[in-house]
Amino acid sequence: MTPDAKYAFDRAGFSRRDFLKTSGWLVVSFGAASVLPGVAQGPFDTRPSHIDPRRLDSWIAIAGDGKVTAYTGKCDLGQGMFTAQTQLVAEELSVAPAMVTLIQCDTSVCPDQGTTSGSQSTPTNFNERNLAQAAATAREALLAMAATRFGVGRDQLTLDAGVIAVKGDTSKRVTYGELLSGKTFNLQLDDQAKRKPASEWKVLGKPIPRLDMTAMATGQFEFVHNVRVPGMLHGAVVRPPEVGATLVSVDEDSVRNLPGFVKVVTRKNFVGIVTEKPWQARQAVQKLQIQWNSGSGLPTWREFYDFIRKQPSRDAYVVNSKDVDERLAKASSVVKATYLHPYQMHGSMGTSCAVADVQGPKVTVWSAYPTRSGVAMLLGVPADNVRVVFVRGAGCYGINGADTVSYDAALLSQAVGKPVRVQLSRQDEMAWENYGFPYVIDQRVALDADGTIVAWDCESWNASLGGRPGTNTPGNVVTGMLAGFSPAPFAPRAAGEPGGRFNNGSNAAPSYVIGRVGGAAGGAGVVASERVLTHTIASPFFTGPLRSPSRLQNTFAHECLMDEIAAQVKADPVDFRMRHVSDQRLKHTIVEVARAAKWQARPSPKPGASRTGVASGRGMACVVYEGDNGYVAIVADVAVNTATGKVTAQHLYVAQDCGPVSNPDGMRNQLEGGALQGLSRALGEEVTWDERKVTSIDWRTYHSLTLGDAMPTIESVLIDRHDTEATGAGETAITVIAAAVGNAIFDATGVRVRQIPFTPERVKAALTERTQ
Amino acid sequence: MSSITLTVNGKSHTVDVDPATPLLYVLSDDLALRGPKFGCGLGQCGACTVIVKGRALRSCVTPVSSVSGADVTTLEGLGTPERPHPIQKAFIDEQAAQCGFCLSGVILTAKALLDQNPKASEDEIQQGMSTVLCRCFTNVRMLHAIKRYQAGGVR
Repeated sequence: MTPDAKYAFDRAGFSRRDFLKTSGWLVVSFGAASVLPGVAQGPFDTRPSHIDPRRLDSWIAIAGDGKVTAYTGKCDLGQGMFTAQTQLVAEELSVAPAMVTLIQCDTSVCPDQGTTSGSQSTPTNFNERNLAQAAATAREALLAMAATRFGVGRDQLTLDAGVIAVKGDTSKRVTYGELLSGKTFNLQLDDQAKRKPASEWKVLGKPIPRLDMTAMATGQFEFVHNVRVPGMLHGAVVRPPEVGATLVSVDEDSVRNLPGFVKVVTRKNFVGIVTEKPWQARQAVQKLQIQWNSGSGLPTWREFYDFIRKQPSRDAYVVNSKDVDERLAKASSVVKATYLHPYQMHGSMGTSCAVADVQGPKVTVWSAYPTRSGVAMLLGVPADNVRVVFVRGAGCYGINGADTVSYDAALLSQAVGKPVRVQLSRQDEMAWENYGFPYVIDQRVALDADGTIVAWDCESWNASLGGRPGTNTPGNVVTGMLAGFSPAPFAPRAAGEPGGRFNNGSNAAPSYVIGRVGGAAGGAGVVASERVLTHTIASPFFTGPLRSPSRLQNTFAHECLMDEIAAQVKADPVDFRMRHVSDQRLKHTIVEVARAAKWQARPSPKPGASRTGVASGRGMACVVYEGDNGYVAIVADVAVNTATGKVTAQHLYVAQDCGPVSNPDGMRNQLEGGALQGLSRALGEEVTWDERKVTSIDWRTYHSLTLGDAMPTIESVLIDRHDTEATGAGETAITVIAAAVGNAIFDATGVRVRQIPFTPERVKAALTERTQ
Repeated sequence: MSSITLTVNGKSHTVDVDPATPLLYVLSDDLALRGPKFGCGLGQCGACTVIVKGRALRSCVTPVSSVSGADVTTLEGLGTPERPHPIQKAFIDEQAAQCGFCLSGVILTAKALLDQNPKASEDEIQQGMSTVLCRCFTNVRMLHAIKRYQAGGVR
């Protein structure tokens, strides 16, 4: 921790001891009050909170009229969580969804459940703890109260629509509101409170239309961009012209006389302008005279994949059976390939926006992400003084600019003592966001004489800088860094042996290895000779979680390689995978997708494929997301225009097992969106730069598919299991599509493209190379 | 600064602004409308779309002075939550949104397109939607909703 960071950390009210608690394994006990006097560590998350998650009243309140207010620390980022969590509460309490008001991520009243990320919102709030358990605790407590009131056993009671009645005696009935008569529960969460079995579900598991859909479609929905506060001013920021550039001087006189001008604000390398109206701020940014030192220079874009192999790195073994070299040496044949994946961006539809109101030591931020601790550190106020009110932004798909723009607004508001709204420009958003990680992945696989995989050797390099700010690292995003905080430090480190239990390391380990760590095999596959080594280098650009972070990149490499091996041994890609998978749920998912796609067993490439005109082919891919957080298999039918190299997906078939489904239509929507977002990333998206700065700064230079591009039909198969826990579902389909498309290109043309994106130029070059 | 009068969703407003101010800023800031959104400020993504004289207009790159006196329709001008316009109803029925930020641009661009060319072919619809983005990629449902509206199934 730098001195600046330590100072801010202390000012924010964290002691060193708290820091250890919040960053490590210690868990403190709680007092009786649901609102704690200081910061405390929740039992399951990494952030401090003053709302005690073990108290029922922190989650559920029921008014005299029976209306339920539920509080959640997981927010709807566009994925439909608001509806699914409302269903969950309504189901466990046996009330209609319309009776439930869900408050999301207002740090003054909601339990802190850490980040909304990693496909963890449904697992966190559906499975045995948290929101669902709170609702179940409340229901059981109400039944107990009614049993006491009527002097009957719990089993003599019926419950429907928030009314408890004695069986066979219609005169004896009482509502939730009457039972509580305006009081709180004053109870601990009961880990044993019985959850409703899926067989009794009336609300959960049903395709309830999204509760926000009508407001969105009619322009009534309030996004964070629509927040207006009395006396609010408008700010804009001036980012450095080059990566690593530092501020020399700012001439405030150059904008002082502009209409609506209020103030130029600087802090180290942070520069912002406050005006009365938003357009005035944009114009002031154009006119501000400002001197910067040159930046630090950037590695050459076209040589970047070679560059990252040569840098000092932080290394880790995910698995290492220590017999891989020997197996490779003795193999009947070895398949080798290298896969490349670029930096990609979140590219939110709306640029990030926040409103901050800093009144002395009291801070309120309206933000699309509950980024409380970072704001506190940046402003030098105790975290308890900061209230972040979550208001939904444009879909973020990970860490977009929501944190950084909240910092921008907070710094500007602190400087002028009035509420300030900031919405980033498109260039500020795209040139400085925390990109998804670039990857180089080397694969070597040993086969025996029967064409069975006997050893899998994977070595990858990726680049990383910053990330989510967490509780103590505002320098992990650009504004924090410009204002003087460092990103999380990077230190090269040699790989140690994997310890503890098998963890597939963001899908660094393919689904086909046994994953033996500490004597136990935790993988989904059968290959016992296994070595997965990862190298992380310091990135020249900020990086952070982008939907299926690293999982997508690794799965692209594994699932394409699996296809290459199947082709080499002339095996059907589905059969070949089934031979190397041991996990029954993954096998079942593969079978389901093959059935939906009417898959005909044969090796790739497709026999008799045309070398001219439009060639069509099919490809499949599958994965166990994070080893245990969702099972997915996909088949893609694509067309390749051999004259132009343009790839078009025509049909997608996706089978998915994510445990019990809360809302099938919501899940399909996520699945479809994930598949197509993944298609856009696979076909066109790539961050580019020159010697000094990022050059993909708008929708002409960063290539997303649009509503005008031909889209495939999508057939989805939801495997709705009620005998397992719920897993995430937002990152499954996106993880497998790039590989499926790459495999389909191969099936159609016999040409293997191992670098994302599959642009027409790249595919055409590969086709041309084939014909020479 | 100058005084500019414009009619938005049937209601006349007079605002005192720099005439070069993009229409979007006047709609979302001076008039506090939630429909039109700032997506890129470059006319590349469609989020700021409004309808003027039956045509979809990118309000983020349109000076407010150029629509002085004109009728401007935003997403909230089509229908209400209680009585949504048929194209809004088509999107609701298809559950065609995720984060919803792009919806204003998608719905208004499609409406202007189909109002001008009610029998637009699939290719023509695609062509017309080629400057509109949905970064959640709800594309398939959105195209279904547009076709549902075109077919008149919800009128």
